[in-house]
Amino acid sequence: MPRYQLKVNSEQHEVEIQSDMPLLWALRDVIGLTGTKYGCGIGQCGACTVHINGIPVRSCSVTAADVAGQDIKTIEGLSDGSAFHPLQQAWIDEDVAQCGYCQVGQIMSAAALLDSNSDPSDDDIDRAMAGNYCRCGTYIRIRKAIHTAASFYEASVQPMVEKQS
Amino acid sequence: MNNDKRGLPESADHWSSFDEIVRAVRKKSRTINRRSFLKLSGLTGGGFVLASVLPGTVIGADTPTLVGSVEMNAYVQVSADGTITIYSGSPEMGQGIKTSLPMIVAEEMGADWDDVVVEQSPLNTDRFGRQSTGGSYTLHLNFDLMRQMGASAREMFLDAGAIAMELPKKELKAQNSRVFHPSGQFRTFAELVAIAYKQPVPEPETLIYKGREEYNIIGTSKSQVDSAEIVTGQGGYGIDTRVPDMLYGVYEKSPSVGGKIKSANLEEIKKLPGVTDAYIIHGNGNVRELSDGVGIVGSSTWAVFQAQKQLKTQWDESAASNDSWTQFAEQSQAINSPTGQDMIVSKGDVDSAFADDDNLVVSAFYEFPYVSHLCLEPMNCTAHYKPGKNGAADRCEVWLPTQNGPRFQGVAKKVYGLSNEQLDIHIMRMGGSFGRRSSNEYVCEAIELSKRTGGPVKLTWSREDSMRNDFFRVGGFEKLKGALNPQGEVVAWEEHCIGVQQDGKSVVGSGFRGGEFPFVTMDACRGTRTMIEMNTLCGPWRAPWSNTHAFVSQSFIHELALAAKRDHVEFLIEMLGKPRWLEPGDIRSINTGRAVDVIRLVADKAGWGREMPDGHGLGLAFYFCHAAHVAEIAEVSVDQNKKLVLHKVTAVADVGPIINMSGAISQVQGAIIDGYSTMMGQKITMEGGRIQQTNLDEYPVLRMGAAPEVDVHFIQSDYKPTGLGEPALPPLAPAVCNAIFDATGERVRKMPLIEEGFSV
Repeated sequence: MPRYQLKVNSEQHEVEIQSDMPLLWALRDVIGLTGTKYGCGIGQCGACTVHINGIPVRSCSVTAADVAGQDIKTIEGLSDGSAFHPLQQAWIDEDVAQCGYCQVGQIMSAAALLDSNSDPSDDDIDRAMAGNYCRCGTYIRIRKAIHTAASFYEASVQPMVEKQS
Repeated sequence: MNNDKRGLPESADHWSSFDEIVRAVRKKSRTINRRSFLKLSGLTGGGFVLASVLPGTVIGADTPTLVGSVEMNAYVQVSADGTITIYSGSPEMGQGIKTSLPMIVAEEMGADWDDVVVEQSPLNTDRFGRQSTGGSYTLHLNFDLMRQMGASAREMFLDAGAIAMELPKKELKAQNSRVFHPSGQFRTFAELVAIAYKQPVPEPETLIYKGREEYNIIGTSKSQVDSAEIVTGQGGYGIDTRVPDMLYGVYEKSPSVGGKIKSANLEEIKKLPGVTDAYIIHGNGNVRELSDGVGIVGSSTWAVFQAQKQLKTQWDESAASNDSWTQFAEQSQAINSPTGQDMIVSKGDVDSAFADDDNLVVSAFYEFPYVSHLCLEPMNCTAHYKPGKNGAADRCEVWLPTQNGPRFQGVAKKVYGLSNEQLDIHIMRMGGSFGRRSSNEYVCEAIELSKRTGGPVKLTWSREDSMRNDFFRVGGFEKLKGALNPQGEVVAWEEHCIGVQQDGKSVVGSGFRGGEFPFVTMDACRGTRTMIEMNTLCGPWRAPWSNTHAFVSQSFIHELALAAKRDHVEFLIEMLGKPRWLEPGDIRSINTGRAVDVIRLVADKAGWGREMPDGHGLGLAFYFCHAAHVAEIAEVSVDQNKKLVLHKVTAVADVGPIINMSGAISQVQGAIIDGYSTMMGQKITMEGGRIQQTNLDEYPVLRMGAAPEVDVHFIQSDYKPTGLGEPALPPLAPAVCNAIFDATGERVRKMPLIEEGFSV
């Protein structure tokens, strides 16, 4: 089987996998990063959302081969390890999760949103999060937590990103 | 014919149904005496010591200290650094039980919640008591035990405090993980634990529980104890299990339920990349245990998913399901008379009321489809079957995502001859369940694969496998008929469910129960059913029976109120009658006083009766199920293209005192959004025995933009607390349909709404 270099959370991993293997399964089964979740396999639920070069991508719908060498960020690399990412902290504070299975994908989508729009409106949030399904129906708290995290963003030392919308 | 008072379909006994659970626990609670309490507590003169006690050190004259931790009882462990570990015995699937039950223990114990660490307990019902979850009863049935565990530990700390501070015990209190005296003296639990665990275990009947006014943990909002793990991707779901030398597996079953395997292209499959082996496996004839199938194991989930797509399997489908939704619907519509074959409940003179020319008779026919559980975490299980060597017994280690571990123990004994002692079971967090993970077929499939490979195997069902092999919420049809007297009062109610049976037994969730409102408050009513044989698998789905019966009965009550030209709120309250608990002491029985209270409050909170803009409407529904009284009012608008906006849902629930306020609000919000998603777009159909929907592109789910504002209120009555996983769902669909009528004059009697031309 062919080998690929995957750069995940700034670490290089050499993986020997089928050329058609989606990034999702390379992350979960080969590299062992199980934070990224399998939900539907057809890009409908968003549970497998990761960032490729900062863009939210459904990792079930892109092959690992296609993103070899690019910057892949998963939930395991979202924070720098010293503290929770503002979104993670907001998710805990707002007690967002019920079963929790979709929440990693929700947070990755929300992180990409806040990186481009540090003060999103409800409509901005609804649009950015439309690709993420929550079976337990925690949408109300997800939206609230994104606003809460946005206020952390503003209060933190993170550089403000120009609002794009 | 079933004349059981509650009209329980016979096959309900397969599942841990509502009534069965309550009966079983009642029986057990009668026998909880000192001895069984001790057994449950694991308490024999001081608990199981996980620590070494160091004599004669600093804290007080002769206070020992310790390194490590001690078990105060079955549920509570305290370590030398003051960490209080509380076990959660029940499985967590998103209902929040892993947080709420330990909150009760911590409250009675006088613990500081910040000192508490919650751990999922091992499966050991001798020690932990009931360890299955379902029917929204886990909280109710464990409330007293949790209080006992907390209060028992608290008394032992008070005894220890009295010794260490040389003060009378009766002057001491426990709070914030300290034992303190009004003089200001105190000792921390950490300082006292080495003495505390040696104190005599109090007799359960001597324990005095806190009054509600003394609570400082119960009733507050606590984030789920696993929140941090969940948001960092460390949630501990079954599907994330990784053990050394593990292979990945899939299990292909007959495309129609009950097919027998004839052959498969195993040799081709074994040559595919990443595939280690493939097997034909014969089932035991029980679809909840092991069905015929082809197992494939390999080096990754992807490898076996891809191999599964290359399978060419020959099935003998001569005895398999040939179900057709189209045919079922046609048959049902043809027999839509108000009276069916089997009597469920019959009271008073219904026929005279319908025959009376002075009365206005109203009738309607309702339809609801099969729906899927759609747990976002697909069905999965990791198993490692370890044959015994040198005469030792076999063992089996299982990473088990299940609502009902004890049921698996029964299956393991029956199918594999494994006793509880031969099983090493890890109870895994579940990515949703809603009743789905109550059967054991995915567990047996994992064990079958492990037995053949000799090593651990993680079985994962693809989304497509998870959809077609579901135990669905059953669909059905109902004919309703009501008679209104000249005063506009309901004087007769008749209801006929055309539902589903398998092998002559009604499936779980089909039809309605005679013990439900409005049967219980009507003087003249008749409930019947006609069951059609179908083979599609059905199972409990969030508020079984109630989730469909609420739709038809609460919509029809609105129809009657409109026909009587009366206000819906007053009409509904009149049907409930004077405030009374119909069967006092029985939590399964409606209390019409509590019902009226939630209806009045929801009307008040939602501004019932206010002027609505054109195209806007308000709709009310009430339902009593799972020991909970819940009323909801939906506010909708509908435009000319039938685009529906659900602006807001106001909900009022009386489930007694709330344990975790944050969790409780979240369950109500979630149930409302789940109910909305289901009624809008979801429908499972089958033709030729094959389920026609394969994945989310064919089974629409609600996204964030369509989520309504949800305003939740609780009436925290003094009744013993009950759970909220299910009961907020049933009123939602009728509330929305009643609101649509209010907005448009169009009555919706058929779900899902997208088939009626609505969109969100």
